[in-house]
Amino acid sequence: MTGCGASADNLRPMFSLERMRLENGLRVVLAPDRHATAVAVAVYYDVGFRSEPEGRSGFAHLFEHLMFEGSATLEKMEHARLVQGNGGTFNGSTNSDYTRYFETLPSNALELGLFLESDRMRSVRLSEETLENQIAVVKEEIRVNVLNRPYGGFPWIPLPQVMFRTFNNAHNGYGSFEDLEAATVDAAADFFQQYYAPGNAVLAVVGDFDVDPTAALVEKHFASIPAGVVPRLPDLSEPRPSSERRVEMVDALAPRPALAIGYRVPDPIQDLDEYLAVVVLASLLAGGGEASRLYQRLVKVDRTVSHMSGYVGTFGNPFEVRDPTMLQIVAYLQTDDVDEVLRAVDAEVEALVDDLLPDEVERVTQAMRSSYLADVDEFTERAMFLAVLEQQRSSPELLNTLPDKAAAVSPSAVRRAAERWLLPDKRAVLELQPGGTP
Amino acid sequence: MSADTRPFVAPVRTPDLPAVAERKLNTGLGMVAASRPGVPRVEVRLRVPFGSARPTGDGARERLLADTVTAGTAEHSALALAQELQRLGASLRAHATSEELLVSGSCLVETAVPFLELIDEVLRTADYADEEVTVAKGRAAQEATIVRSQPTVMASDALVDRLYGKHPYGRGTPPASSYAGISPLALRKVHAARVVPAGSTIVLVGDMRPHELLEMAAGALGRWKGDGPASGLKAPAPPAPGPTLLVDRPGSVQSNIRLGGMAVGRAHPDHARVQVANIVFGGYFSSRLVANLRENKGFSYSPRSSIGHRRLASELTVAAEVATEVTVPALLEIRYELARMAAGTLSTAELDSAKRYLVGTLALATQTQSGLASYLSAITADGLTIDYLATYPSAVEAVTVDDVMDASLRFLGPRGLQTVIVGDASTVERPLGALDELELTPAPPA
Repeated sequence: MTGCGASADNLRPMFSLERMRLENGLRVVLAPDRHATAVAVAVYYDVGFRSEPEGRSGFAHLFEHLMFEGSATLEKMEHARLVQGNGGTFNGSTNSDYTRYFETLPSNALELGLFLESDRMRSVRLSEETLENQIAVVKEEIRVNVLNRPYGGFPWIPLPQVMFRTFNNAHNGYGSFEDLEAATVDAAADFFQQYYAPGNAVLAVVGDFDVDPTAALVEKHFASIPAGVVPRLPDLSEPRPSSERRVEMVDALAPRPALAIGYRVPDPIQDLDEYLAVVVLASLLAGGGEASRLYQRLVKVDRTVSHMSGYVGTFGNPFEVRDPTMLQIVAYLQTDDVDEVLRAVDAEVEALVDDLLPDEVERVTQAMRSSYLADVDEFTERAMFLAVLEQQRSSPELLNTLPDKAAAVSPSAVRRAAERWLLPDKRAVLELQPGGTP
Repeated sequence: MSADTRPFVAPVRTPDLPAVAERKLNTGLGMVAASRPGVPRVEVRLRVPFGSARPTGDGARERLLADTVTAGTAEHSALALAQELQRLGASLRAHATSEELLVSGSCLVETAVPFLELIDEVLRTADYADEEVTVAKGRAAQEATIVRSQPTVMASDALVDRLYGKHPYGRGTPPASSYAGISPLALRKVHAARVVPAGSTIVLVGDMRPHELLEMAAGALGRWKGDGPASGLKAPAPPAPGPTLLVDRPGSVQSNIRLGGMAVGRAHPDHARVQVANIVFGGYFSSRLVANLRENKGFSYSPRSSIGHRRLASELTVAAEVATEVTVPALLEIRYELARMAAGTLSTAELDSAKRYLVGTLALATQTQSGLASYLSAITADGLTIDYLATYPSAVEAVTVDDVMDASLRFLGPRGLQTVIVGDASTVERPLGALDELELTPAPPA
C-alpha cells in the first residue's frame, strides 16, 4: 500500500479573525466560529516567571493564585462559582513568559466571561488571610508536583539552571519556600500595579458569537479600566555557552537514571524561519515516537533508552516563548553510561546532516500539520494560541499560516539548523542519578 | 458586596445533536459514526473487550500486547508503519485497561481510507516480531519500575485492590518482573483469541457525512474476522469493609489520601442523582471539599472526587494530597464533608450550580471531534446511543434536593468507603491509629 499524502490546499486552517485595540491599550482578538455552542475567553498578561527579580522567585505564580481570590466586587470563590454554576470551566497558569487566565463557557454566558475577566483586570482583593492561605496551597502544589514524587519538575526546573547564567532565565519558576513565605500583601499590590495594566494584556475570544455585538461587549466591560503604565520587558539576553555545561543531580526518589539535553535555538520571534527549521528538526529527531531518528537509534538499536521525547520551548509549545529558549531532549536510561548515549545523539545529528531527504521532512511536517489542526479544533486552545501570538508577535494570523510555514522548511534548512544549533560544545547536559530503590 | 451578574447570562441554547449513523457488520463489529465539522480530520476509537470468564495473570500480558500491536505487520515493519502514519497525517496507539483493548487514532479526511486500511492490517496481521517484543519487554519493565515509584500510583493501586480484590478490576500496575516471561507466541495467541470483531465497537467522528464514514470503515474492516469467546467477565462482588490501609513510604513529605466505594453506571436510574451528589461534594472547584480543604484550610492543592466507570462496575473516589503533618486533620475534614452530604442539608443554589455544571460541561467536552469520539465510544460500550446526549441533561435537570440527599446517604456515607493512605508511617501511624483501625503495609517493590 502506498500513502497518498494529503495536499496542503484543503488542509490550511482558515479561521476568521478580527483585531482591535482599546484606548487603554488592551489588545483584543475575536475569532467567531459557529460550529459549537461554546465560547472561550483567554487573557494573557505579559509577565511570567522570567520577570521575577532575585528574592521573589515564584511570585508570578503565587500572584496568579491570588487573582482567583476575589476582587473589589466579587467574593473569594465567587469567580469559580459563576463560571462553573453556568456550565463552564476555568483555569489559569504561569509560564516562563506569560500568565494566563481562561474560561470556556456555553455561548449564552459569553458576556459573563467578559465581565469576569474585566473585573479581574480592574481590581484584586488582597488580604493577609488569603495570602497566607494561598502560600499554603502553593506549597502543597510544589510538594505534589516536585518534592514528593520521583522526577518531580524534571527537566523544566533543573535544566534551565544548567543552561543559563542569569537569575531571570535560570531560577525555579515555582519559587523557593523561603521566597514564598516572604511574600507580602504590599508586594502583591505592587505586582498588580506593575504588570496587570490593560496595555500589558491581550484578550482573545473564540466561538459562537458575532463580531460586532461582541466587540461592543468588550468595549462595555473593558474600556473603563484605567490605562496604567505598561512595564518594559525584562532583558533576558545572554550568550550561548562557550563550552558544554554538565551537571549531575541526585533524585532521592527516582528508581532509574534519566538525562536531559538542552541546546540553545534561534530567536523564536526575530528569526522565525530559522526557528521553524529547528522545530521541524526537533520533531524529526525526537518528536515522532517510533518514526523519529533518535528513538530508532537509542531505543530500538542501542537499547540504552526506554522512553524519550524532544521538543522546543519551556513546556513543549514552541510558539509561546521568547528568546532565549531551548530544544530539549529527555530520555529515561537503561544504561549508566551517559557518554555512550551522548555519542549516539551526536552521531545521529551528523548522520542527519549527511543523509536527510525531502520525503522525511514532508512526512514529519504532514504529521505536525495534522496534530496542529487537532489542537486548534478546541476553542480554548485556539483562544490561548491567538492570545500569545498577538502578545509576543503581534501576528494572530499566524494561527492560519504556521502549518504552511513549517511545511515550507527545506531539507537544507534543517541540515543547516542541525549544524549550527546542535553543537555538543554548546549544550547543557543534566544527568539525573537515582537515589531511590532500584 | 457582590455584582449582579444575572444580566450577563442569556437563556441556554441547547446544542444540536450531531448527525449519526450506526451499523453492525456480519463479523459482529458494531460501528457508530458521527459528523462533527471543525477541522478536516477524522477521529477513530475501537474498543475490543478483553475480559475472560477465567481471568489469569496480573494484566502485564495485555499491556504488552497493547504496546506491541502497532509494532509491525505482515507488510510493514514497526518503523515503516510509523513512517506511513506520519505520511498520512495520522496517529495510532493502543491501550489496555482492566477489561478492554482501546485503539485510538486520527487522520486527515483525505487520508481516511488508507488509514482505516492500515488499522485493518494491524488487526489482521500484527506479527509481534521477536525483536520488537524483546525491546518492548525491556521498555515495559522500566516503565513499571518508574510508574510504580509514583506515590499517586501506589495509592490508586492500593485502592482498587481494596475495592475489587482478585477481580481483574483490582489489578494495579504490574511489577517489572511480570514482563520477563511473556513470549511473542503468547501475544500472538492472545491476539488471535481476543482481538476479534465480535463484541467490539468502532466509533468514527469527523468532518464528513456519517454514512460516508461508515461506508469507508465497512470497506476497510470487513475482512477482520474471528469469533473469540464473548467476554465472560463477571461483575465484581461489593467490597467487604476493612481497616484503613496505611502504605508506608518512609520520608514522604505528603500523604496521599484516597477513599473509595461503589457508584452506579451511566445506564442506571440513579446515575444522574449520584453524579450531582459527587459534584456538590468534590467534583468541581466550587465544591464543599475544595472550599474546606483548599480555600479554608490550605491543606491540599487539588482535593477532588470523581466517578469512574467500568463495564460492570462504577466507583467513587475521593483524593487529596496533603502535607504529612496535617494527615489526620485532613482525613477528619474529608469525612466531615462526606457525613454532611449524607446527613446534612443541601441548598437549592448548590443543587442548581452542580446541575448546570454537569449539563454545560458535557456540551463543552463533546464540542471537538476528539472529545465527541471518546465520549461516544464510552457510552456505546455501555449500550447507550447518541440520544443519551439529550436524555442525560434532562435526567440531570430533574434531580431534586431529596434525590441528592438520598444518593449521598447511599453512596457518600464515610462508613461505606474504604480508606487508603500512602505516607510516612513513622509520623502518621500513631495519630491515625487513634482514629481508625489500621493495617500497615510496606510500599510495594518496583
